[in-house]
Amino acid sequence: MSTAVVTFPGSNCDRDCALALREGLGAPAARAWHKDHELPPGTTSVILPGGFSYGDYLRCGAMAALSPIMAAVKRFADAGGPVLGICNGFQILCEARLLPGALLRNHDGLFHCEDAELEVSAGGAGMLMCFDRRQRITLPIAHGEGNYTADAATLDRLESEGRVAFRYVARDAQGNGAVNGAQRGIAGILGGPAGNVVGLMPHPERRSGAHLHGADGLVLLRGLVAAGQRPGEVRP
Amino acid sequence: MSAATGSTLARLQDTDLSAVEHARDMGLDDAEYQRAQQVLGRVPNKVELGCFAAMWSEHCSYKSSRVHLRRLPTTGPRVLVGPGENAGVVDVGEGWAVAFKVESHNHPSYIEPYQGAATGVGGILRDVFTMGARPIAAMNLLRFGRPEHPKTAALLAGVVKGIGGYGNCFGVPTVYSSTDFDARYDGNILVNAFALGVLRADAIWKGTASGVGNPVMYVGAKTGRDGIHGATMASDSFSEGEEQERPTVQVGDPFKEKLLMEACMELFAAAPEQGGLLVGIQDMGAAGLTSSCFEMASRAGSGVRIDLDRVPTREQSMSAYELMLSESQERMLLVAKRGCEDAVRAIFSTWDLDCVTIGTVTDDGMVRLVKGGVEVAVLPARELADDAPRYERPFAAPPASPAPAPTWSSIEIGARAHVCSPALAPKSWIYRRYDREVGAGTLLDGSNAAAALVRIPHTQRAVAMALCCVGRWCSADPREGARRALIEGVLRTSCVGALPIGATDCLNYGNPRVPEVMGSLVEGIEGIREACLALDVPVVSGNVSLYNSTDERAIHPTPAVGVVGLVEDFAKALARPARAGDTMAVIGWPPAGPTLDLGRVRRLGELLRAMRLEGESLEAQPVMEGGLVSTLVELARRFGGGLFASLPSWGDAASTLHSEEAVAAAVVLPPERLQEAHQRARVADVPFEVLGALGGHHFVVAAEGAPLFEWATEALFADLEAVIPRIVRGERA
Repeated sequence: MSTAVVTFPGSNCDRDCALALREGLGAPAARAWHKDHELPPGTTSVILPGGFSYGDYLRCGAMAALSPIMAAVKRFADAGGPVLGICNGFQILCEARLLPGALLRNHDGLFHCEDAELEVSAGGAGMLMCFDRRQRITLPIAHGEGNYTADAATLDRLESEGRVAFRYVARDAQGNGAVNGAQRGIAGILGGPAGNVVGLMPHPERRSGAHLHGADGLVLLRGLVAAGQRPGEVRP
Repeated sequence: MSAATGSTLARLQDTDLSAVEHARDMGLDDAEYQRAQQVLGRVPNKVELGCFAAMWSEHCSYKSSRVHLRRLPTTGPRVLVGPGENAGVVDVGEGWAVAFKVESHNHPSYIEPYQGAATGVGGILRDVFTMGARPIAAMNLLRFGRPEHPKTAALLAGVVKGIGGYGNCFGVPTVYSSTDFDARYDGNILVNAFALGVLRADAIWKGTASGVGNPVMYVGAKTGRDGIHGATMASDSFSEGEEQERPTVQVGDPFKEKLLMEACMELFAAAPEQGGLLVGIQDMGAAGLTSSCFEMASRAGSGVRIDLDRVPTREQSMSAYELMLSESQERMLLVAKRGCEDAVRAIFSTWDLDCVTIGTVTDDGMVRLVKGGVEVAVLPARELADDAPRYERPFAAPPASPAPAPTWSSIEIGARAHVCSPALAPKSWIYRRYDREVGAGTLLDGSNAAAALVRIPHTQRAVAMALCCVGRWCSADPREGARRALIEGVLRTSCVGALPIGATDCLNYGNPRVPEVMGSLVEGIEGIREACLALDVPVVSGNVSLYNSTDERAIHPTPAVGVVGLVEDFAKALARPARAGDTMAVIGWPPAGPTLDLGRVRRLGELLRAMRLEGESLEAQPVMEGGLVSTLVELARRFGGGLFASLPSWGDAASTLHSEEAVAAAVVLPPERLQEAHQRARVADVPFEVLGALGGHHFVVAAEGAPLFEWATEALFADLEAVIPRIVRGERA
């Protein structure tokens, strides 16, 4: 049983995720290469890490969505396996249609690396089992394209189905994320047949220990690992 | 070099120009051209002249600075590799080492700020991973013209975006940035990029082409016509109106570089049972294929034969001259062990990178370039690389030009204007453009600490770093200004608990043919030398950038110094956040004249380090640029709230607030540790004075029991944070 961390050629948070799993949780991590057609044997959960998958000179994640490993990730997700997409991983999940919507350039056109206070909007179940609903946590963001956008019907559906996982606490006058313009302040959402696919822009692996200014991120990673070990209980 | 071989070489094609005119055009002066002729015993052709011009450019040869650079202390028990390789390497214990270097990309960044800055980052990252080190941290030092200069806004925005665009994608955290604005940089901005990587102390790779018959391989991106003459451009001054004529700046591809780095890491680790696949490796930086061929052959005392038709290109029908002088990015030259070509190629193909054998190592000391089956250039490696001209240029005492002290209508107005000046205002807007945490090893970064602190992966160790220089000080006194660049780095790294173990310098000066400019360079090197000796910090790598002048107007002398320090257990160097009720003290000596006492600096550094590692110092900041008031404002900003400070008994209030002549630091202490800290300072014989405490919502400064001024922190912090965005928007300060 291990968590597969997918490495695209331009992934640059893959090692950080594996480190957080091993050092922070004592949980095993295995590498899955983008050219692989299958996840490593014994995979019980999957992380799509941050980075710039294939350089992302087109749309972020657009090419990665078509890579061989993503077909395997899609099969895994469709069968209810827990999949966590972080930053570029979230962008890839959207491009691969595993999650709805898209992540556009930040509203001010700038890259933002800073702490973001988040509200956990869908805690208490699945991968978010270790969070309380409405709990506030702080995770850092580091992205130029985190402006979550979808049509109004999709946004309404996400909200009514309780699939908004994380929201930025700081909002602008329209209720969008103050830092990047994300609609309705959405920082992360969940999807998949059993709420087993989660994508978020902030980086949980960067808050995985006291020496890294906090361990809020470890709570999410613990939920990911646990959800993989108890597949029957993965329900939103 | 035999005349017989020379006669088979192509003659100069362009008959409009004589060889000597060609040489001038490429940047060789007449004496250098004569010397080139003597080296060959014949008239060089155009390809050969291009190689001479590039190798003998200031950028590649350090011909004006080399005789003086020799004076720097470069050795020590921890130094594994000193200056002369792609980067310096210092032992950090437990079998690990760090490789680091700082380099300038000033001229390209002025012409095209985004790509110039981006490729500056790319170049220094390659220098570091060429040594076998995985990059774990980057820093930069940026100097722009006055905020209201019409170009400053676009240059600032472009440079910062370029640095972030490259580093963020490559995946190196940019953890420290020093940015300043001054009219002296109006026509010549500075973009100095630093990178640090980690490697095993027994697995250091060097740029050497040894072993006759070994294959010379080209890896990475294809070659185009970009950046031709970059090295010679970096060795020339600008004049107004000339900007349109400048050659193209290289274009960076950080994704390609990331692939190249990962492939190189695999290559370095491959086939350990047979002692690896590799002999030597060098990045193709300034002067591209030329410098890598000549330097690798020269270091090994060997030669190379290169078939230029095999070089992967992305443009049609490139000439030998263009192939040799292109500065296309993300390329490496390596020498593999004979018979290992397939294994090397397999590694690079995993990462979808070109990897082609383009030549072989020879033993005749010559670099032979072949195109279309015939030799188009035959040049001795050593004479062009190590035996490049060296000048003892005349130098004269530089005129001291201290900046006039500003006059203010009141102490309060003066202090407020001072801390909100572009030089001293916080650079949060810039820091937010950089991914400071990728790698999950950033323990502290410069946006919120005196120095950055980055974990050495898999260990409890960490390296601290800061990159410093105040140009204004160097104009006032080039030697003292340079000393202070190192002093600031030493004190900053000591503030976070680190022992300084090495330094790297980027010496930015004007035209070395002007005796006063040359004089300031000589004095700057002397200043660094004095400080290094007194503080036990060897210089292990560096770079010189000259000709930073426009129409005879030179920049401030700006010897940027990066200091790297070691923490053996980072858990001890990390403190709880400062909170209301914590005590604030100043340790160190009152202002005592413009020359800082290096013995006192050493003792202050030792005390700062001990207080941090013993859990007494929660926050610390040296009193340097901007004086004590700037230090106190910075501590309040990091705390995120107010403080009360009663000024130390240093003299009158205005000079106590603003003097830059103290050897001192302000520290924040838990009240229950105050006695211990005080006792520690007493034993160390360093003055210690309690100033006040953190808390409340006002920044209150008092002197002799009476309040001097009181600022609401909400408004103060808003004013401070507004300074840089206003410059980016092009609004007047």
